Amino acid sequence: MKRIALLGMPNTGKSTLFNRMTGGSARVGNWPGITVELLSGKILLGDDMVEIIDLPGIYDLHGYSDDEQVVRHFLHDNVPDLALVILNATQIERQMSLLLQLKQLNMNVVVLLNMADEAKKFGITIDSKKMSEMLEMPVFLLSGKYGNGYQEALQAVTKALRYPTPGMADELRSQLEQDEHIATEMARVMKQAVQIPARLPENLTEKLDRVMLHPLLGLPLFFAIMYALFQGIFLFGQPLQSGIAEAFAWLRAAALVPALSALPTALQGLLLDGIYNGVATVAAFVPIIVLFFLFMAIIEDSGYLSRAAFLMDALMARLGLDGRGFVMLLMGFGCNVPALMGTRVMRSRAMRLLTMLVIPFSLCSARLQVFVFITAALFSPHAAPLVLFSLYLFSFAAAILTALLFKNKFKNNEPFVLELPPYRFPTARQMLLRGWHEVTHFLRRATQFIIAGVVLVWLLTHIPFSAVPASADTLSGMIGNALHPLFAPLGITPELTIALIFGFVAKEIVIGSLAVIYGLSGDALGGALAQQLDWVQAYSFMLFTLIYTPCLSTIATLKSEAKDNRFTVFALFWSLGLAWLVSFLFYQGARLLGY
Amino acid sequence: MPLLLNPPAVMPANTLATLHPGDIATIVSIHAEEALHQRLLALGFRTGKQIELIRKASFSGPLQVRIGTTDIVLRKSEALKIKVTRA
Repeated sequence: MKRIALLGMPNTGKSTLFNRMTGGSARVGNWPGITVELLSGKILLGDDMVEIIDLPGIYDLHGYSDDEQVVRHFLHDNVPDLALVILNATQIERQMSLLLQLKQLNMNVVVLLNMADEAKKFGITIDSKKMSEMLEMPVFLLSGKYGNGYQEALQAVTKALRYPTPGMADELRSQLEQDEHIATEMARVMKQAVQIPARLPENLTEKLDRVMLHPLLGLPLFFAIMYALFQGIFLFGQPLQSGIAEAFAWLRAAALVPALSALPTALQGLLLDGIYNGVATVAAFVPIIVLFFLFMAIIEDSGYLSRAAFLMDALMARLGLDGRGFVMLLMGFGCNVPALMGTRVMRSRAMRLLTMLVIPFSLCSARLQVFVFITAALFSPHAAPLVLFSLYLFSFAAAILTALLFKNKFKNNEPFVLELPPYRFPTARQMLLRGWHEVTHFLRRATQFIIAGVVLVWLLTHIPFSAVPASADTLSGMIGNALHPLFAPLGITPELTIALIFGFVAKEIVIGSLAVIYGLSGDALGGALAQQLDWVQAYSFMLFTLIYTPCLSTIATLKSEAKDNRFTVFALFWSLGLAWLVSFLFYQGARLLGY
Repeated sequence: MPLLLNPPAVMPANTLATLHPGDIATIVSIHAEEALHQRLLALGFRTGKQIELIRKASFSGPLQVRIGTTDIVLRKSEALKIKVTRA
């Protein structure tokens, strides 16, 4: 099958065009020579199926960023039959250098000058015929948003594919050294084929930026926008999440329980409480992830993400992170999983790993459920909001402490130099496609991991089958007792220790597991907890719950995003260690002070 | 009657970091390590190009500059490596 590589600088509308060409049939795949996953799609062009690969946006073939190395290795190991190069027509004077670098590789190239309508508004005139003659390759003006020029470009691509690709790639590095030549060539083409007015007219972007990046208003606006997003995800996500949970519960009661009633009790339990509940737990994450990525797509595609990074960078730089990390950290307060996936926008691996190390300390909504229940049971209505707020402060403190401690270990030499693209309206189609991709990706990765975890916990709390589930006589009870010496200094009882083991799978089931352990639910459970624990113990338990591993989904995501088992294990043990230390200091300190 | 007001023939070279919002300057030279140099070149930073400082973020955060039709955000530490003369 013939292969088309889609190439261009960031913010050229490359992904929009890719989605348009593949019509959402794209999938993530691995390629020889590179470690990251690339989107690719198969489409019918003329009479043949061809494969289109969306390469990361790069500024420069010679560059040293991760993305630039990915593109170089890809071109070297998977020579495409055609390179479809997309340039932003409004920045033609700068973007042509990439095209000329590619031209030197002697590949089949078709050039698309995207955002032609926007360029016209700026007063930039481009003579595509002239440019085509001078470059000796087909050049088309395109308006990605409205589809002008799209059909002609497709025809040219089909035609160009008939010819074999001339040469390429072996002496890639050495060919890439001839830069002086590029500067003169660029000047020659620019002079004859492009006209740019000396001073650009002021546009909407500039007016918006005057407010959005205002020295005093900028930060409050940023926090307001983040708060609105965060609320939006929950406003829409939570009803959907409980809807899915109810649907699964209904299916279980209406169909599965009767259907499986003939099986032995233990097997029934394993299938229903183990595997089925595991699937339901994973499925409940789906609406949140879809919404998160819809909102992220708006933030990213509209051009605001780079602006948020501009606003928050001063603080984050001192933590060894950059502005974009803060956006992800805030997103983590909704759910850590999509926030971890969102770190893909970072180019430097070291910085990305440090950000991923920090995100799991964000107090996500699942942990919030636990805290709301326990504060309601053990604290006065007066004190409860303050207790919750203090936990949010601990969450930030844990993140900042971790970043400060490890910023030298994940030192990134990547300078903070970002392009600030003009504001654009994201298209609905683009956003929906994005949400769909992320969800399928998430489901594929997370399912097996989570199901295995849920089954394991079920077995632990039910073996031996003669014992009362989750009681002291089961494996989990034994583990709870065995771990007791470790948790006693934190004021955490064996019952709570078992709940923490459950919490390892997902924080959503912590309260549910306490209900099983105590054989009580709702207010009665709250009353029982209040009788057995004092507030120092309860707070210590909440601190541990806040800081230790959020859930199996988070670990699964950490593992698949970092592609590094040692890092994943490190993140796991660091959070466990920090949780223990903080709870220990708090509990013993409070006891010393006489509480 | 003009009196001692002749400006020096060559303006002393400033760095991009010392400009104020609204200032327009010309890039004189770039003193960056290879990786950063490449990135800056690709974004349009070249000797002789005009550059405008649009704004600075609060708390000595990054700078926003404009070269041609491109707006770029960079940290002060990077801006210090770019020598300019004010136009």
